[in-house]
Amino acid sequence: MIRFLLSRVASTVGVLFALSVLVFLIFFAIPGIDPARQMAGRNPTPETLAAVRATFGLDKPLPVQYWRLMDHLLIKRDLVSYTNRGVKVVPELFAAAPVTLSLVLGAAVLWVGGSVLLGVIAAVWRNSIVDRLLMIGSLIAISIPVFWLGQVANLITQDRFHSWPVFSWIPPLGYTPITQDPVLWFKHMIIPWIVLAALYIGLYARIFRSSLIEAGHQDYVRTARSKGISEVRVVFRHTVRTSLGPFASLFALDFGVLVGGGALLAEVVFGLPGVGQLTFQSLAGLDLPVIMAAVLYGGALVVIMNAVVDVLYARLDPRVRMA
Amino acid sequence: MTVSGIVPGGLGDHAPGTAGEVAVPPGGDGAAGVGQGGSPWLLAWHRFRRNRSAMTASILFAVVVLACIMAPFYARYVAHTEPFTSNLTGTTPIDGQQVPVIEPNASGLGSTPIGPTWTGRYLFGADTQGRDVAARLLYGGRTSLIVGIGAALITAVIATIVALIAGFAGGWVDAVISRILDLVWAFPVYLLAISLSTVLLLQGLKIGPITVDPASLWLPVLIISLVYVPYLARPVRGEVLALRRREFVEAAIGQGISRSRVIFGELLPNVVPTVIVFLPLMIATDILTESSLSYLSIGVQAPNASWGSMITDGQSQLYTRPLVSIAPGVLLVLTIVLLNIVGDGVRDAIDPRGLLPRRERRFRRRPGRQTPARVS
Amino acid sequence: MNTSTTPPSLLDVQDLRVHIRTERGTVTVVQGVALTVQANEVLCIVGESGSGKSVTMLSVMRLLDEKAVTYEGSIKFQGRELLDLPARQMRAVRGAGIAMIFQDPMTALNPVYRVGWQIAEQLRAHRNLSRRQARTETLRLLTAVGIGDPGRRIDNYPHELSGGLRQRVMIALALSCRPKILIADEPTTALDVTVQSQILQLIFDLRADTGMAVVLVTHDMGVVAEIADRVQVMYGGNVVEHGTTTDIFNDPHHPYTAGLLASIPRLDQPRPARLPSIAGTPASAGNIAPGCVFAARCPHRFDACSTQPELRTVGDAGHQVACHLDLTVADHRAVPVGDATGTEGTDLL
Repeated sequence: MIRFLLSRVASTVGVLFALSVLVFLIFFAIPGIDPARQMAGRNPTPETLAAVRATFGLDKPLPVQYWRLMDHLLIKRDLVSYTNRGVKVVPELFAAAPVTLSLVLGAAVLWVGGSVLLGVIAAVWRNSIVDRLLMIGSLIAISIPVFWLGQVANLITQDRFHSWPVFSWIPPLGYTPITQDPVLWFKHMIIPWIVLAALYIGLYARIFRSSLIEAGHQDYVRTARSKGISEVRVVFRHTVRTSLGPFASLFALDFGVLVGGGALLAEVVFGLPGVGQLTFQSLAGLDLPVIMAAVLYGGALVVIMNAVVDVLYARLDPRVRMA
Repeated sequence: MTVSGIVPGGLGDHAPGTAGEVAVPPGGDGAAGVGQGGSPWLLAWHRFRRNRSAMTASILFAVVVLACIMAPFYARYVAHTEPFTSNLTGTTPIDGQQVPVIEPNASGLGSTPIGPTWTGRYLFGADTQGRDVAARLLYGGRTSLIVGIGAALITAVIATIVALIAGFAGGWVDAVISRILDLVWAFPVYLLAISLSTVLLLQGLKIGPITVDPASLWLPVLIISLVYVPYLARPVRGEVLALRRREFVEAAIGQGISRSRVIFGELLPNVVPTVIVFLPLMIATDILTESSLSYLSIGVQAPNASWGSMITDGQSQLYTRPLVSIAPGVLLVLTIVLLNIVGDGVRDAIDPRGLLPRRERRFRRRPGRQTPARVS
Repeated sequence: MNTSTTPPSLLDVQDLRVHIRTERGTVTVVQGVALTVQANEVLCIVGESGSGKSVTMLSVMRLLDEKAVTYEGSIKFQGRELLDLPARQMRAVRGAGIAMIFQDPMTALNPVYRVGWQIAEQLRAHRNLSRRQARTETLRLLTAVGIGDPGRRIDNYPHELSGGLRQRVMIALALSCRPKILIADEPTTALDVTVQSQILQLIFDLRADTGMAVVLVTHDMGVVAEIADRVQVMYGGNVVEHGTTTDIFNDPHHPYTAGLLASIPRLDQPRPARLPSIAGTPASAGNIAPGCVFAARCPHRFDACSTQPELRTVGDAGHQVACHLDLTVADHRAVPVGDATGTEGTDLL
């Protein structure tokens, strides 16, 4: 197990390095593109351009440029936005993280619970009318862009039916930290949670259903039935349990993507000032230092989650531990 | 003593037709037959035709495509409008009266475009620029479909080439390509797309003789197609690797047949089914990705409009004129649902035994980044 | 058919038909099978794959997917009709009354649980045992099936054990609640040759110790000759011949039985150029023409074979055959099945 962990750590570090090189190459080395103009935002002054050139050593060879960038991003953490003069990028990113985390955590609770429940229902009563309806519903859910669903939700809860008692308690779009007012925090988050979770419930319910059905055909499930244990036990202790490994690892990956800023569409449509919102605002101003930092932050989170998944998977499936 | 196919007595054991398996010559099973004489394709087509929901979805999708193709006709002959020029001061007749397309708001703050008239002109009302929403819906659909289909096709071509090279060459070539694919795979799709878009949107792309204007539709098409290459290239490479070890390919190589004949004559035809199974789902994914990028203002650029950018444009009028952004969303969702149903049908038709990697089974042991396009 | 035996049978299957709904329509995979099992005997069921032997056994345990399957006929265990039993009571029979071990021990155990847990799960389902008691009992069972170092093995995962050990675990699992009948569905097919005989010996010994009956599904006539008390030959979802081991081996009446026996390589005779085999392809449910199931491959077929022959008693009581002819060993020698059509036969064993 120790060797397994060590090898995972080593390969994670390797992938992180490769990732940073990839990001660097995209931003600094696509042929025909001047990175100084990229960094300096829209309509830069010659002074800004010169400052950018000096900061990143753009007249020096690529490895030096790479080193300068990493130095500013990770060690000195003094990368500044040229669009919003003087705003330091890295601290801003970390300030936005709790908002994203509250959004993603709540949605994750809904989506894990919802998809396991619906997946089991659909698998147990497969080919029944309930199963068909659930599968059609989930197909629609995975086909809806989250920002549009968010707009529809806003239209219903904030405007058209806001006067109805069901929705009248929903505050205007925005965010209140949980430390300030937990109740208001919850009220702010509940609709974003549902909207963000909808897509994942659809996707995970489908995945879970088919992996349950596949597990149901396994010999060991037949063995379990031959023991004379109850059907509920067969389903939950044997079928569901063995389908959990892949489910959990997929979940961890998606969770990492979302925490890393992947929930940006939901954040934008609900006006939540998280990492994704930050990225979005920088996109509008083409504020590359912020985008670059956000991309690296998100990418790193995903890579780290990948490693966590491996360890998690090894805990859930003893066969993997050997390898 | 060879036990001829004594298998545990599951249900599959007794399915009709198992006796026929004896007749299958060695090496002729599975995908190897595809591409010879066309009969596997014919079989797949028959299976697809029997799938009622997939057939219905295909027909409906064809209707959507056709309607989008007819966009100029609708704009000229039904809506009598120029879909790309703003009409801030114009009027339109309602019940015999000329009504301004953009009315100043009662409160004096801003202005409100006209709502649905349910007549030929301004059927679904106007957007903030006074343009006909219904006509723009069809034009937007055209863009979304072009981007989706174009990007999916480019992904398919690039991924197949990359996979063939990696799988056939093996050795360090394969190792390098696989590592790069894994790396891009580990990178969330939206981050990669954002990075490429921001870099390319400012200055466009200039590589040698190729110049792509930042406002060109090619830019989102290229970005989206590149981002999804690993999604298809990885499974296809695996398949090429497996084929490479099969007798008929080894025999061909052993006979001294040229590399290109082996690649294009033996390997390519056998990976085509996989690529085709991926295609409809890929198109759906690409359309969704495009709409998300457009929502982030880094997708399709004005004056082009796609369903995604229309949803974004309508956001400022969401509570007063919801149809402006709800209508393109409905069409978008409908198209994606149809493509998903068609995709599942195509997969079941080409791959009834579930040998190819499936969407619901994208992970088995070691999950990678498996599901595409979950930009949220 | 059970008229000659006076004590009521432990298991009494009469005229069992199993219909399975598939995408291409309903297939009858078991077509009127009868079998009885007496206490403490070894009944062997032999036949090619697709003969319906496994489905028959799974029907007895009611382990087929009952959404896709309909049964006809009767399966009585200790006088109780299993086919009418509600799910809860059927569960009480499974494991405690009738237990089953499967062909492939690699896949029959759940990979994510320790083997001891899997045995204890069954113990605690049927007997009111504490966790500790269940563990003690599991250790005893592992020792009884000849697993060395059971204290360590009990906490192993299935993938940490060899095939032979896993099958021993399966046997311990099956025996844990002292079943009256043990159904073993080709328990050694997936194992190394050297391990096969050990496992069979173990099952045979345990039967002697516990007094349970064993139903062994197999295609290995050598095994049958060694351990069976009675033999039932199945073909295409039907029982074609049935009798004591002596009856079947010394006086096979059905041409299919004769074909099975002829395909055993013999050490006491010169080696043939190629092993005899039965011409044609095995019948599989769903493509069987009306009439005798074996007619298509039978060298002796004649007009009457277009009607289904009934099982009828020949010679000794209990020796039954479903054939219109009264063939003897000499007849089979004169016209071996392998020469029926001159086409390539499929190897049987």
